[in-house]
Amino acid sequence: MSIVTSVPPPTVPGAAVQIPPGRASSVPGPFRFIGRSLRTLWANGKARIGLVILGLDILVALLAPLIAPHSPTATTFPPYLGPNATNWFGTTGNGQDVFSQMIYGARISLLVGIIAGAVATFVAVTIGLIAGYRPGVVDEVLSFVTNLALVIPGLPLMFILAAYLKSRSVWTIVLVVAFTSWATGARVIRSQASTLRTREFVTSAQFSGERLFRVVFREILPNMTSLVAGSFFAAATAAVMAEASLEFLGLGDPNTVSWGTILYYAQQQNALLTGQWVMIFAPGLAIALLALSFTLVNFGVDALSNPRLREKS
Amino acid sequence: MRQVPDGQRASGKASSVPPVVVDGVSKIYRVRGRGSGRFTAVDNVSFTIPPGSAIGLVGASGSGKSTLAKMITGSERPTSGSIRFGELAVESLHANGLRKYHSRAQMIFQDPYAALNPLHTVAYTVTRPLQNFLNMSAARARDRVHELLETVGLTPPGQYAAKLPHQLSGGQRQRVVVARALACDPELLVADEPVSMLDVSLRAGVLRLLADLRANRGLSLLYITHDLLGARVITDEILVLHKGKVVEQGPTKYVLQNPKHEYTIQLLDAVATPFATDGNGSTR
Amino acid sequence: MTLLDVHGVNVVYEPSRGTRIWSVREVDLALEEGEFVGLVGESGCGKSTLGFALTRMLRAPARLENGVIQFDGVDVASLSGEVLRRQRRNGFAIVLQSGMNALNPVRNVEDHFADILKAHARSGEHHPRAAVRRRGAELLGKVRLDPAVLAKFPFELSGGMRQRVSIALVLALEPRMIVFDEPTTALDVIVQKAVMKTIQELQQESGFTAILISHDLGVVLESTNRVMVMYAGRIVEDQPSKDLVRGLHHPYTEALLRCYADPRAEEIHLAGIPGSPPDLSLPVSGCAFAPRCPLVQDICWKVVPPLAPLGRGLAACHVRAPSDKVPGAKAVAAKVASGRVGQT
Repeated sequence: MSIVTSVPPPTVPGAAVQIPPGRASSVPGPFRFIGRSLRTLWANGKARIGLVILGLDILVALLAPLIAPHSPTATTFPPYLGPNATNWFGTTGNGQDVFSQMIYGARISLLVGIIAGAVATFVAVTIGLIAGYRPGVVDEVLSFVTNLALVIPGLPLMFILAAYLKSRSVWTIVLVVAFTSWATGARVIRSQASTLRTREFVTSAQFSGERLFRVVFREILPNMTSLVAGSFFAAATAAVMAEASLEFLGLGDPNTVSWGTILYYAQQQNALLTGQWVMIFAPGLAIALLALSFTLVNFGVDALSNPRLREKS
Repeated sequence: MRQVPDGQRASGKASSVPPVVVDGVSKIYRVRGRGSGRFTAVDNVSFTIPPGSAIGLVGASGSGKSTLAKMITGSERPTSGSIRFGELAVESLHANGLRKYHSRAQMIFQDPYAALNPLHTVAYTVTRPLQNFLNMSAARARDRVHELLETVGLTPPGQYAAKLPHQLSGGQRQRVVVARALACDPELLVADEPVSMLDVSLRAGVLRLLADLRANRGLSLLYITHDLLGARVITDEILVLHKGKVVEQGPTKYVLQNPKHEYTIQLLDAVATPFATDGNGSTR
Repeated sequence: MTLLDVHGVNVVYEPSRGTRIWSVREVDLALEEGEFVGLVGESGCGKSTLGFALTRMLRAPARLENGVIQFDGVDVASLSGEVLRRQRRNGFAIVLQSGMNALNPVRNVEDHFADILKAHARSGEHHPRAAVRRRGAELLGKVRLDPAVLAKFPFELSGGMRQRVSIALVLALEPRMIVFDEPTTALDVIVQKAVMKTIQELQQESGFTAILISHDLGVVLESTNRVMVMYAGRIVEDQPSKDLVRGLHHPYTEALLRCYADPRAEEIHLAGIPGSPPDLSLPVSGCAFAPRCPLVQDICWKVVPPLAPLGRGLAACHVRAPSDKVPGAKAVAAKVASGRVGQT
């Protein structure tokens, strides 16, 4: 993911000369924006694979009640079974169907990944933009806080927080993960914002009478779309892995069904010894694939900030 | 195009445009690290921009001309001295006062590729000052935008309004920058090297545009450049800046034909001599 | 003797998304040893692309589509790899527009010289530090810099000095031909003059063949002894520099000259050129300048004018320099000259 510092002038000779019929739009409405972003991402090979995997995960999560053959929590099956006709992935030590658990588990992993990633990115963008746009005391204070958050090791902090907090729910995990992973994004965004602040189109906007809010959110931020999207996907990747780690260590809610808890129970119930390799392999692979999909999509985000790459010719 | 004949002033509006008086302005930056820690960008500069006139600030990079321009438009504050726009003390403007000042004193930038937000259409860019300063409704704004695009020579305006910057050439982008600057009918236009990044074949067009605007609208023009030809064609009077100080000043044609300070002579010499004449007439 | 002989060079840009652009079209030129030639044109005319093509510096998505580039008898267009790299020693070299920014910021000037001498050392050549220092001081002297510069780092030098250092580094290769791609454009206007003067003196002293690429006609006419004007990927005029300021020329050259004037003159007539260059992603039939040409005739829209004699040089214009190879061109030119056919 590169930092876009400027849209280069047309180096291709003659390209800027003819006036092809253009598409009329000022800063686009949200739906057009999303549609166009998806198309831009789809154009990149690696991002396309990522989008497909992510799409499948989302579908599975949404249609879980329809596609899961059994209830994930019902302990109606004989325990410690290997893969068989009724239980494609076998059963847990409590007699639950692993396959159904895998399907329902997608919900939690996706939820935590996306929401924690979004919250972390939101915090990162807010702090980064303010620090980048307002040099001086404000910048110094915010940078100090950011650096502090960067220096503290994320994983151990997460464990301590999760273990310390009384309530054990999915939302605890979301907050803990978001709280520990905003700093990297904030640093990068601050750096880009302070570069853009001195660009002539920002000065030009000030001469047009734009107020602070509009300058930051309508001039600077749209030129950082790639960076923000990149931060989001990176944060989401980290969130998925962090969530799985927390639950595997038993710091999550043991009553929820997620890929991480499957691994937790697999370990508790010595799945390796009982020969239930699917119970370990499946959730592990699923977590890895989801994290991978976010990373792959990240390859396509460079094009989001470059209007020229968006245009079909 | 012919140069604007010396002494021509705009008709009508000129009397309502206030003069710009720059008095003893200095800008000193504190530099960490190297040397004494102080860098004087502008050193005790004084001059006046009479109503409706075009003044040139000429010098090479580092001469302080851009810093001076920023102080005159309020983007930077002088370390000492005063800048008066009529009755208004520019150096002590803040937030809202500064915003209002921008509706009267506008700037045209050097780099046409950097001065426009790559994600905004031409229409958006030119409409914003109309909405911010004049509270225009969308319909009226659209008409005014078309009017402005025609004024700067981007016709048919409907076609250009929807364009994004990367679909335009350098000269066209610069015209959009001018259109945006004109939106609120400013009284002062500060042009910071507006043609130095354009191809030579495009310069005359933009220069003619600026000269026409000054003649037709009676606005005052401050033209900043290192290109003496452009200054000669548009301005009535020039100030030659060297290391932050004014080293020579006077009517443009006179100064260029009779340079006294060695820096002015150096600048003239830097203009390639193949086109030099023996003083009468052009080369072709 | 002819050092550089170029025939039919075409360069195409093929971005992975977007249209192909033919930025250099059918260029032929020949340079004698010791000539100082200027290549002039506006943005998008292909001059830098041609300069890069001649020194084999093109990078994807630009591609040398076809053509023969004979450098001292060897067709370098077909070379690649180590063989091509060897050509850069005592062969051809290029000084870039932002050459001063191409210096490694964490190594001093002496290290740069050591680097380049070592990289192009012939087998058996050694370059101990003392020798590097001597050679470095000698080369810096050629570009009018003090030997003390050897110990400095790039950030300690001004833009003009850094550009001189990058020229000195190129001289270390003892090239027979140097292409200067807008060497002074990024510099302050007064420094520009000084650096161009140094380049001119250097060329006269050392006798290497030089190509100066610039958009500034004034700079080119002052420093070079021959100038080629490019438009829309083709060379449209090729004249001795002194001849360009007067007389009849290709209409584009004339229009370009009208964009310049002496600011000290009593009266100034400054012109632009209306219209814009053609879209190079499309094939251009006939003369590319036809839509903007005050002398355009019917034949100009149909047949691409070849370079034909005009004055002491060449021009690609049916009206000014009609070629024998184009049937009917001479008749048209005669008609225009005699005033019988109106200028459209």
